[in-house]
Amino acid sequence: MPPLSDHSDAPDDAPVAYSKVADPDRTLIEEAVTINRPASELYQFWRDQTKLAAVMENVVSIVPEGADRFRWTVKAPGDKEVSWVAAITNDIPDRELSWQSEDGADVANSGRIRFEDAELRGTVVRATIAYDPPAGAIGRIVAKLFQREPRIQTRRDLHRFKQLMEAGEIATSARNRRQREERNEDQTITRELEETGA
Amino acid sequence: MKALAWHGKHDVRCDTVDDPEILNPRDAIIRITSTAICGSDLHLYDGYVPAMKPGDILGHEFMGVVEEVGAASTLKKGQRVVVPFTISCGKCYHCEKAQFSACENSNPADKHDIGREGLGQPMSGVFGYSHMTGGYSGGQAEYVRVPFSDVGPLVIPDDSVEDDKVLFLTDILPTGWMAAENADIEPGDTVAVWGCGPVGLFAVQSAFLMGAQRVIAIDHFPHRLELARQFGAETINFERTKVYEALQDMTGGIGPDACIDCVGLEAHGAFADNIIDQIKVSTFLGTDRAHVIRQVIMAARRGGRVSMPGVYGGFVDKFPLGALMEKGLTLKTGQTHVQKYTRPLYTAIAEGKIDSTFLISHRMALEEGPTGYQKFHDEQDTYTKIVLKPGMAGSASLAA
Ligand SMILES: NC(=O)c1ccc[n+]([C@@H]2O[C@H](COP(=O)([O-])OP(=O)(O)OC[C@H]3O[C@@H](n4cnc5c(N)ncnc54)[C@H](O)[C@@H]3O)[C@@H](O)[C@H]2O)c1
Ligand SMILES: [Zn+2]
Ligand SMILES: [Zn+2]
Repeated sequence: MPPLSDHSDAPDDAPVAYSKVADPDRTLIEEAVTINRPASELYQFWRDQTKLAAVMENVVSIVPEGADRFRWTVKAPGDKEVSWVAAITNDIPDRELSWQSEDGADVANSGRIRFEDAELRGTVVRATIAYDPPAGAIGRIVAKLFQREPRIQTRRDLHRFKQLMEAGEIATSARNRRQREERNEDQTITRELEETGA
Repeated sequence: MKALAWHGKHDVRCDTVDDPEILNPRDAIIRITSTAICGSDLHLYDGYVPAMKPGDILGHEFMGVVEEVGAASTLKKGQRVVVPFTISCGKCYHCEKAQFSACENSNPADKHDIGREGLGQPMSGVFGYSHMTGGYSGGQAEYVRVPFSDVGPLVIPDDSVEDDKVLFLTDILPTGWMAAENADIEPGDTVAVWGCGPVGLFAVQSAFLMGAQRVIAIDHFPHRLELARQFGAETINFERTKVYEALQDMTGGIGPDACIDCVGLEAHGAFADNIIDQIKVSTFLGTDRAHVIRQVIMAARRGGRVSMPGVYGGFVDKFPLGALMEKGLTLKTGQTHVQKYTRPLYTAIAEGKIDSTFLISHRMALEEGPTGYQKFHDEQDTYTKIVLKPGMAGSASLAA
């Protein structure tokens, strides 16, 4: 066998979330989706945080608490809910939004969403989210929820966002309301499609 | 309503289930008047396609009458429509490029993981074709919910054009057409077509329309070979003749310019590689029985083209990658971008350039669907294509 090579300290240009060598205790997620709409439209939807609950599967509500502060209520295992207040820490219109949960959050988290112009393809929406492992008994349950499939959850949420922005509705394969309830899906969520001048 | 539901390998039942409803603004509900069983359905029937759940409603080739529309549908109640098997939003990057079977928005987000794991990226939604393509209820039923009804369904304005003439716009006619298009046929070409099922027979017709000088069609069923012959193809019966050797000889030692695999993952025949594949499939060491695509690649001429409409689902052993590379072949494939072809092919039918009714061998009531599946599976020579007609119950099934 040839000697094992270790060039893992050579820098590259890839997202750190996909690093093989970064701190494994901290959950760092990066997911990107390309949306065939202008950045300003996507940014505006995201800036009004209260609408996000519609596209995020596990989010029960996002309620404003003063300027640039929002209370997030999220489903937890065993029909429970967890909640925290997050503040917007950086806001570059049509480009970027960052947030940080405030002290005492059940799940400390921070993140950033960027809207990168992709010309003919619309906009690349890139979410970077960090969850810090919570302490205590609830913490462990919550950690399980967030560490189990946070990446898959984020990816699905971004795709629902894409469906709503591009197609005006969120796809469901349920045959009727009964089947949709069985699958625990949200109710119909829609928006008017505006014509782009592009 | 009544609907054909999958309950396991070789177990299709006509169940009574609750009706579909409008759920999203772009939806429509269609009352089915005609629906066909497809070769692709046989892959489900034989249990080759993962991500099926007992009770899933089958059927992706159907047409009918608009019964109800959502607020954003452009259809009107009472219109007759043919519905493409691919579900496409019409707004995403791929839809705008007319790559409808790559639509990014029709497969619900929570179904993406299967496709991501198995294929690298999720597929578009498809009616009645497993949870990998969305888990949508299919159209072998009395009613179906059609999402994005402003994009997919083709309105048939002329009531005098009967269902049988236009039903195959849902899938196999565009599939045969795209198969020939993907073969990049040049005048003077010899095109070899493996499989004389519905897809192969439409590929034969399309290849001639695109300028092929000769088409050589390969199968073992006498009736299917005869149909290919009627469209002007020369034929090879693979049970009687050595296919690779015959093709080299019939093309003067060069090999066919373009080769089309209209068989897919369930190749018939007691070929050594097929038998090994079969053992691997039944012991879960491999997924697809790939005899045909191997033979296609070996037979094609240097610098030639390979088109693969036949469905493969997973992994294949002993794939002649070296031949593909060394000979400089071009391989094109994919689920059909149906919406791209429905309008032009409807015109071709209306002008009498393409005939599709020849294919139908049997018409049955929806309730007879389970028998239909069994016959289409066991007696492929006589059952070339079965059309199910909801509402025909009681009357005996008709041979065409
Ligand atoms: N790409 C798409 O979007 C698309 C759409 C529809 C169907 N399909 C696929 O196309 C394929 C054909 O569909 P169909 O409805 O015509 O199916 P079918 O089962 O009716 O026909 C397949 C034919 O292939 C023949 N065959 C089997 N083994 C062979 C071999 N070794 N050599 C030559 N011929 C052989 C069979 O005898 C049969 O006549 C299937 O795999 C189906 O899933 C793909
Ligand atoms: Zn089909
Ligand atoms: Zn689309």
